[in-house]
Amino acid sequence: MTTTAVAPGTTPRPPMPIPDIERGRHGPSTLRHGFTLAWRGVVKTIHSPEALIDVTLQPVIFLLLFVYVFGGAISGNTTDYLQFALPGVLVQTVVFASAGTGVGLAEDLHTGIFDRFRSLPISRSAPLVGAIMADLVRYLTSGVIMLVLGTVLGFRMHTNPLNVIAALGLVMVFAFALCWVFTALAMLVRQPRSVQGIGAMIMLPLTFGSNVFVPSDSMPGWLQAFVNVNPVSKVADAVRGLLTGGPIAGPATTSLIAAAVIVVVFAPIAVTLYRKRA
Amino acid sequence: MDTVIHVEGLEKSFGTTKALAGVDLSARQGTVLGLLGPNGSGKTTTVRVLATLLRPDAGRATVLGHDVVAEPAAVRARIGLTGQYAAVDEALSGTDNLMLIARLLDMPRRAARVRAAELIERFGLADAAKRRVRTYSGGMRRRLDLAASLIGRPDVLFLDEPTTGLDPRHRNEVLDQVRALAADGVTVLLTTQYLEEADQLADDLVVIDRGSAIASGTPASLKADVGGQRLHVRPLHRTDIPTVSTILGGLTDEPPAVDASGELTVAAHEPGLLHVAGARFDEAGLAIAELGLRLPSLDDVFMTLTGRTAEDAEKRADPTDEEVAA
Repeated sequence: MTTTAVAPGTTPRPPMPIPDIERGRHGPSTLRHGFTLAWRGVVKTIHSPEALIDVTLQPVIFLLLFVYVFGGAISGNTTDYLQFALPGVLVQTVVFASAGTGVGLAEDLHTGIFDRFRSLPISRSAPLVGAIMADLVRYLTSGVIMLVLGTVLGFRMHTNPLNVIAALGLVMVFAFALCWVFTALAMLVRQPRSVQGIGAMIMLPLTFGSNVFVPSDSMPGWLQAFVNVNPVSKVADAVRGLLTGGPIAGPATTSLIAAAVIVVVFAPIAVTLYRKRA
Repeated sequence: MDTVIHVEGLEKSFGTTKALAGVDLSARQGTVLGLLGPNGSGKTTTVRVLATLLRPDAGRATVLGHDVVAEPAAVRARIGLTGQYAAVDEALSGTDNLMLIARLLDMPRRAARVRAAELIERFGLADAAKRRVRTYSGGMRRRLDLAASLIGRPDVLFLDEPTTGLDPRHRNEVLDQVRALAADGVTVLLTTQYLEEADQLADDLVVIDRGSAIASGTPASLKADVGGQRLHVRPLHRTDIPTVSTILGGLTDEPPAVDASGELTVAAHEPGLLHVAGARFDEAGLAIAELGLRLPSLDDVFMTLTGRTAEDAEKRADPTDEEVAA
């Protein structure tokens, strides 16, 4: 049992030895490794039924429920309500998807796969960058599904394709900003289920306490005050403007400022917690 | 011979729990160093420090001459890690898991594919290569996990309880792989709770308890300290325990220890003790449920080195289990 001086090649060959493989000669690159990890995130979403349903079926169900359950009561008929609600539901869908970033990160921390990533000679932030890149793909998928379904149901855009792209872009920027909140949450709470629960607690008031589903003038004053400062309302206004006409510049600017503030506040917290605990 | 892993006075606390209280150890190139100790003794923490996942509070650790705190990137470039929990992605296939690691190691796509296929073959996962890991058994996950840590052909491999939860056949497969790797020049640091496993595999052993190395040496020297093989007897009827005890005592000049389950244990210095004892029990007409020789268990090592059982040590050290999550 006491093996002495074992130099490669001087001992009897073991069964199926590992041949030398030349590693590519590149320095660590956050972006390249981020892309590799984003590929993993996308494949993972495609392969996990629940993640795929979150991205595809959930927005469909939301839209159908809201339009056909509330539509008549709020707007008199479902066609008018669809016209009012679709831009907001688009915002809501993508905002919900951003909570998934936190859940996914918490899962990775939990299963130990982060330990493996961290024991590899890759940049420390690559897993985070990869997760966020993969999620942008998910946000975009949800957004596009929503627009296509909306159109099938009778939603009519009154603008040019450029505005549609701008609307999707704005929604994604906002979701990107919010995903830092959930990243910070994931690093703090670490349990995937708790992240999901607390995430829902944040998302529900944020999306329902807005003008996404109902115009705010029927609400009590204190709620109107909240709805009017809620960034989700601003994003919904901007998207309505872009898709169906109406003011754009004002709400869009406010949305972008809100997104910037969220990033400035939460990204450093998330990154600090990530470096410390991931 | 080159020292590949060198650890001196390593200390680490989690809150008020001292997980490492000054660990010293070293491993020579191409050998297997076994880190033996009960749960919560500091094995995992030691591995995590060496794999650059945790910063120690005090002390120094080098891997291949690189300081784990000052030059983590140089260390990461040459190590492989298989943790206590299979660190593979359940939603990806076996091949995709290996491809992911290979690509993160900057292997060109084609080389990555070749390497992944090789390791899949080597670890007997060819039939399941395209299946999602979610459908794998515990043993398959473990093997895939080990394969993933070998992608970059590491010079140093850290295995944290690599056989936990494996059935005997798969356990032996993993142990064979580890042996082959060491023979190929890879330096392996393996933690285990089982003396038997360490005995089969390790060239050198360090026994760790409450965050300190309490003994080190070759398995043979450690076992000599503990006293070699032991004879275990369990009479069918508990009422026969005194008679069995008297017979054993007469044969070995040493009163046997009796545990709560009614098993008697005595050091077997003479190889013939098993047969002689068996014959005596027959003559006395005693019904014996179990009779056999066993190597000293971790419990025996612990009893000898610390005067308490490994189980006790585990109970006391429980809070440090958090180290896994930390």
